[in-house]
Formats: sequence, C-alpha cells, structure tokens
Amino acid sequence: MTELDAGLVGEQIAESGQVAEPSGRREIGRARRRKEDARLLTGHTRWTDNLQQPGMVQVMFLRSPMAHARITRVDVSAARELPGVLAAFSGRDFADEQGSLPCAWPVSEDIVIPDHPPMAVSEVRYVGEAVACVVATDRYRAADALEAVEVDYEPLPAVMDMHDALTPDSPKVHESGNKAFSTTITSGDVEAAFRDAPVLIDRTYIQQRLIPSAMEPRAVLASTDGDTFTLWSSTQIPHVLRVMLAVTTGIPEHRLRVIAPDVGGGFGSKLQVTAEEVLCLLLTRRLGRPVKWSESRSEGNLTVHHGRDQIQHVRLAAEADGRIRGLRVELLADMGAYLMLVTPGVPMLGASMFNGIYKMDAYEFACTGVFTTKMPTDAYRGAGRPEATYAIERVMDELAAELGIDPLEARRRNWIRHDEFPYTTVSGLTYDSGNYEAATERAMALFGYDKLRAEQADRRDRGDPVQLGIGVSTYTEMCGLAPSRLLGMANYGAGGWEHGSVRMLPTGKVEVITGTSPHGQGHVTSWSQIAADALGVPFDDITVLHGDTAVAHKGMDTYGSRSLVIGGVAVLQACEKVKDKARKLAAHLLECSPDDLEFEAGAFKVRGTGASKTIQELAFAAFTAHDLPEGVEARLDSDATFDPDNYSFPHGTHLCAVEVDTETGMVKIRSYVAVDDVGKVVNPLIVEGQVHGGIAQGVAQALFEEAVYDADGNLLTATMADYLLPSAADLPAFTTDRTETPSTGNPLGVKGVGEAGTIASTPAVVNAVVDALRPRGVRDVQMPCTPERVWRAVQGTRGGERS
Amino acid sequence: MPRITITVDGIRYEEDVEPRLLLVHLLRERLGKTGTPIGCDTSNCGACTVMLDGRSAKSCSVLAVQADGCDVVTIEGLGADGSMHPMQRAFHEEHALQCGYCTPGMVMAAIDLLRNDPDPSEETIRHGLEGNLCRCTGYCNIVRAVKRGAQEMGQEVRTS
Repeated sequence: MTELDAGLVGEQIAESGQVAEPSGRREIGRARRRKEDARLLTGHTRWTDNLQQPGMVQVMFLRSPMAHARITRVDVSAARELPGVLAAFSGRDFADEQGSLPCAWPVSEDIVIPDHPPMAVSEVRYVGEAVACVVATDRYRAADALEAVEVDYEPLPAVMDMHDALTPDSPKVHESGNKAFSTTITSGDVEAAFRDAPVLIDRTYIQQRLIPSAMEPRAVLASTDGDTFTLWSSTQIPHVLRVMLAVTTGIPEHRLRVIAPDVGGGFGSKLQVTAEEVLCLLLTRRLGRPVKWSESRSEGNLTVHHGRDQIQHVRLAAEADGRIRGLRVELLADMGAYLMLVTPGVPMLGASMFNGIYKMDAYEFACTGVFTTKMPTDAYRGAGRPEATYAIERVMDELAAELGIDPLEARRRNWIRHDEFPYTTVSGLTYDSGNYEAATERAMALFGYDKLRAEQADRRDRGDPVQLGIGVSTYTEMCGLAPSRLLGMANYGAGGWEHGSVRMLPTGKVEVITGTSPHGQGHVTSWSQIAADALGVPFDDITVLHGDTAVAHKGMDTYGSRSLVIGGVAVLQACEKVKDKARKLAAHLLECSPDDLEFEAGAFKVRGTGASKTIQELAFAAFTAHDLPEGVEARLDSDATFDPDNYSFPHGTHLCAVEVDTETGMVKIRSYVAVDDVGKVVNPLIVEGQVHGGIAQGVAQALFEEAVYDADGNLLTATMADYLLPSAADLPAFTTDRTETPSTGNPLGVKGVGEAGTIASTPAVVNAVVDALRPRGVRDVQMPCTPERVWRAVQGTRGGERS
Repeated sequence: MPRITITVDGIRYEEDVEPRLLLVHLLRERLGKTGTPIGCDTSNCGACTVMLDGRSAKSCSVLAVQADGCDVVTIEGLGADGSMHPMQRAFHEEHALQCGYCTPGMVMAAIDLLRNDPDPSEETIRHGLEGNLCRCTGYCNIVRAVKRGAQEMGQEVRTS
C-alpha cells in the first residue's frame, strides 16, 4: 500500500492537467452551449419510463367514462385471474390508507377543500378519474386485464358551466355546493373612480381551458426494501412532493426518497401531487415489488391538470385624455372537480397583476372559484399572470380604440416612467426597476412599426380581402416565487426560499448542489457559469447535482420563474461562503492577515508580494487537514438558503403583425418582435430559448389550443390528434432582443424569464387579430382565434362580438 | 409467436414477438434501447421516430413483425466512432433542445428531410418537420440547427 504523500498528490493533481487554468473571462453573460445536451442528443437519457428495477411490475388504471356518477359496484375478480396479473384493486381497497390529495393554498376564509381520494371510492366527478387498477408483468398484460374489470355507475348530472353552477338549483359537484371560495381585494376609492368617468370600457373575456402538454408523458416508479421507499417521478417538485407524500401516505419523511430523473418538460403540469404517485407508493408497499406506471398521452390529456379556464369581466374607467382612473375585475375561475396542490392559488397569482404596468388610483379584484365536473385546473406556464396580462392588454387596446389613438400612445399616457422606479402599484406590489420606454422604442424599431401601420392603412383603403393587424403587448410579470413572508401572508402552505450547496472536492473540482429541479431550463449550465465566476474555477470543472432528495436534501423546486432569481442566488451565496473559508485558510498558510489577501482569477494573493494560493490548492489543503488554523474545519464546503424580500418584475414590449384573410378567417403571423427586459442575463442562449418557447405557447393559446368538453362532460380533445399543438409549420420565426435594467432585489440583478414569453404573446396576437378587423366593427374574437371564429366575427355572427 | 430478425444500431437480434407488439416497445422494453422515447399514442408527436431501412418512421406506428428483416437506426446508433452525427452537433450548437424529449425524433426527421432536399429553405424545414412536435423551443432554433446540419453534412459529402 502506498503511503499518501499530500504534497506529492497535490503536485500530481496540479501537473496532471486536471485543473485547467481559469480563462479569466467572465462566464456570466456568455452564450455557453449546454452541458446537458450531449446525453439528450445521444439517447443516454433517464426518463422515468426508461428505468427498470429487478422484479418490476406495471400498473394501469381504469378511468371513469362518466363525468359525474355514483359508483355502485366494482368487480376486479375476473381481471385477477388473467395470465401475468399480480393484483387488481378498486378504490374501496385503498379507502383506509390512501388519504386525500393535498391542496396547499387555502386562499380565503370561506374556502371549501373537498376530500380528494387518489382513487375514487363512491363517486366520480370527472371523466378520467381512476376507479380501479391492475398490476401485471408488463403493459400489454395489464391492458388486457383492465378490459376484464367491471364497474357499475349510477349517473349524476354533469356540471359544466360556471354561471349555471352558481345558480341555486344547479346540481352539486360536492355536497357543500359549487362555490369553492370567493375573495375581494380593494385599493383606493373605486366608486369615485368610476363615478362620472368620461370613458368607460366594459368587456368580458374568456380564458379557455388549456392542456399543458409537456412532451414527456408522466411516469412513476415506486420501490421499497420493506423499510425505506424510493419514488421516481416525472415531476418538477421532488422536494415538495416528498413532504406532501409523507403527509398523505403516512410513510415517514426520513424513509422516503424522491427522485426526479430526466424530466421532459413541465410548464406547471408537473407541479403537482398526483393520484398515481400516491397509488404507486401504496402498491409497492402492498406488493413488495417495484411498481411502474407509464401514462399514455390520451390518458394524460384527461388526467394531467389543465390550465387557465376563467371568465374575466373587466371594467376600466378613464379620463377623456385616456389616463386611467380605476379598474374593476370580476373573475370566475373554474377549479374543476377538486382543489389540487395550488388550484385556488392560480387566479390569486394574477390578482395583483391586472393593473399591469399602468398607474391608476383605484382597483378592485373579486374572484369566485367554481367547482365543475371537469379535470381540476392548476398551474400552467404563467399561472394567473397570463390571464391578468391578457385582460389588461386587451382592454388597453379597447381604450385606445375608444379614444381614437394609437394603442402605444394609450399605454404611454399611463405607464410608469423609468424615472419613477421603485414604484408601488395600486395593487400594492413594488416594482423595483424597469424601462418601458426603452423596450418599446427598441421593439418599434425592430418591427418597423410606422411602416406596417402605413401598409395597414393602405390595405384598408384598398379593401384588400387580406387585412393587416398590429398587436401590442407591453407586459410585466411577477417572478421569483416567492418571498416566504409574502407567501405566509397569502396563506400558502410553504415558504419560497431556495437552497444551494457547494462541495470543493480534493482535486479542485466542484460539485454544486441545487434545490431547483430543472426539466429543460439548463440549470446545470447556468449554475456552472455562476459558480465559475464566483470561485474562479473553470466552467468545465463544475458539475451540478439536483432532483434527488438524497443528494439535494433541501429545496423548493422549479416553477414560477423562481429558479435563477432564488436558486441561482443561493448558489452564488454558497460560493461566497466557500471563499470566506478559503480566505482564512489561505491567510494561515501564507502567514498573513485575511485582510491582506485579494481574490482574483481563482487565487488568493498577498497584496504586494507574489505569494498566492489557488482555490484548488486550498481545497486540497482542507482535505488533507494537516495544517489548519484554529477553529477551521477540514472542508471548504458551504451551503446557503436564499429568501428574497420581493418578487422580481421582468417586462417587455411584444409586437405582432398578422394577416387576416377576411374571406376564409385564416390568420397568419407575418412578423413577431419581442424585446424583453429580464434584468442581467447569465446565458443569453438559454434566455433566448426560453423566450422563443414561451412565445410559442402564448401564440398557441391565442390561435390554436382549447380543451373542449361536451355538455355531458366528455373531453373531446383527449388525444394529440384532437388537441392542436402547433408544429414548426404553424409558427413563424420570432425576432427577439433585450433591454436591461438590473433587478435591485438580488445580487445577480436577474429577474427570471421562464414565463415571460407566454405571458406577453397571447394578448399581442389577439390584439393584432382584432386590430385587423376593427374597421369592420369587430372588437373581440374569442380564443383560440380559429378560422371559423374569425370568419364568424367578420360575418357578424356567433363567436365574435361586434360593437 | 412469430420470430423476427431485426438489426438495431448494427446489432442483429432474433426475437419472438406477439403480433401486436409495437416496434417502439420492442426497442425500449425488450432491447433496452430507451434512447427512443414515446410521446403520444396517435402518431402525432414524432418523438419515437427512428430510421427504418434508411427512411424515418414513427416506431409507435410500426408493429415489430412489420420490421422483420429491417435495419433500424435509433438516436443511439447515429453517431460513428464515438462522435456525434453532424445533425446532433448542430442541435447542440444552435441550442435546439431544452428538455430534450422530442430531440431523438426531431434529429431523425431532420436527417430524413435532407434526403429529399439537401439545402432546404426555412419553409421547407418547417413543413418537413410538421410531424414532430416540440413544446419547449418554439422551433426557431430547431430550424436554425437543421440549416446548420445540412451545411455541415453537405461539406462532409463534398470533402469525403
């Protein structure tokens, strides 16, 4: 056995070329290609459905074909007899142990949170609710066995329309009635603002129901050794999930490990505690075998929570010159059949955003959450802010039309000027920074605004059957969910901090551990850039670990454009603590005062002499621990938990030009310009990608997507063949640019970008469609603006409102 | 049970398969080729696209028995000698993937597209990829990557 010679090993590490020289170039701001890509591009992936365990079996769920019914009989006995079948169960078999799926956000005093059994026991309340399951050796055997399960239902009336649901004689979704909650927020003298207002705008907008449609369907794998449990899930929230599953199933938290392996997109849809996660855990506990569930897309369209689904009644009072006096919003929000993890919180996340970037004296927000016999709604990219932004940006165009002024002029007369930040809005949020003028100016230049307006006028004059419409959206949004103090005030069931750790390895390499849980956002790359700059170590010497509660033990996960703004800052702060420890050690080894050291390019240097120690040398010295100063531990490893004081507020100006064929109703996006201010940028490549994808999803809401139920509660868009996700052929190239006002709320100056594109683009597109048709008397087209709806609007018939 | 012979990424397999077994399930669950994912059950998304005798095919829409005697190339077998195919490299360079779930199918479809048109316009690319859905990227960078991949593949042909 060779004796370990610390000095020799240290030299070997240095000479082996393993420790690359830092380039001296700042990593933050650099368009680094992603570290994540190679695996994903070559098929070396760990999607949950790829995973195998010894003895693993497959579960499939039988799902209710009825929107609302009493379950009078479930017989699984024939299924149990089929070859390859291990077990078959009904909801009654789990009734004593399955608990209720959690809702973490009781938003009001009057909220009703009905019992939500993971598998229905006596009543089903939406098409797709699980009523039985079969466990077999493989998916083909399980599918055969599902056919043999018999269920008798006694139909109950479906409850599909929110207005009808709130009438006294409506059938009830739950015994308690169809109202989930109601809440009102008032600021300023709303009555006075509306009294004798020279301009009044009164509109109702429909936020259609959407299916988030992450490309990876959900999958769950649960296993146990009889003592501890491991759950792999295609989830955005391994940490939140662990806590919630412990509470729901009674499996003690310290005996439950949750892993989010590779996760193929989420957009909020995997921010959930699902029935299938609970049931797979119960099944592995019961059967002692690893149990996997792999969702089919058609199953997912029925049972992955949906998004949006609000009716927005918006009234705006303004002066004759267009200055806004006040805003009133009455919201009906479709909860679906149950309140899931943050179902009632989604409309409330928009409550403070209806006023957008505009100054006004008075604001009133009233929201009623309504139960219907549909799949529950919950977070979908933007969660509350796209809905609010749509309403205010559509109404600003109506205001402009009413006054006969350019929509950008109506906005200029009302927006917060760049010299007015920080600005506390009528709804009580304090916007820290921004420059709406700069973003708008840049967008107008890139778009060729005046030229397009001239073309529009020309086409109008000529009576061209293809009309040009120009849509404007000057949005802001609320990112970085969320300051724990504010979440507490909002009665949310958890905090909003994030955790980061840095492990300095003996060879000078670095492990960054993050509590965020990326599923496409590129955190491995961006966090490496942050740590490389902070520690002065090469980008390639850093790895980022995440998504496993046994590795990243603390975290609040990824949603609400929070990861960089909170999690990235936690990584930075952990790096700073590493440096604090390293400084003490360096001072000891260099026999100087810590104050005499300056840190530059990854090394502590004694001012005025050539003596220095690199951070890698110090990591090795801490590892050997042969010569540590008094009170210094044998490690530089550090961690930090960051909790912001305020949200961050990215903003921007999106401009969309559409060509609308008035004879066919076809809408074609001619050009799309997005200028976003997301504060400081860590990786411009990743930011641009987030904006592109966000715009695409917002455009999809405007033009293509809608989850449609029939009057009996059947989902008519239950397959990907029926629910229209845009392909490359349906979308244009987007022109993107940025302006930059650093956030003052965090040391990185970052604001968040994950949802911005989606929030901004939907009103830009619909404003453009309406703008094209306004001379024909059209002032709204309900989303999605399909050719049929546009054509009907042109014809002045159903589907489009005329003034 | 029918016995089929199938070559996948250069390895020949003989398998007894149920007639109803889908090619994608044969690949993923029997042969361990999990690089090819499943994104839907109506052949809309294209995530499972592989090369079947040199042409792109959605492996969820092919029965394993139909692939008897065929040569299948998946994303795992696309690169040669441990290096990535030019189209894979182009996707990396242009940041044409985020979550990466659609990527194997998208890369396969892109390569097949170039067989018909080695120097495609943006419009040709957009229409050529109509059968492959991506939810993350908004397609802008995918289009750029296919253009770049086409150029690099063209150069390789010219220099070889």
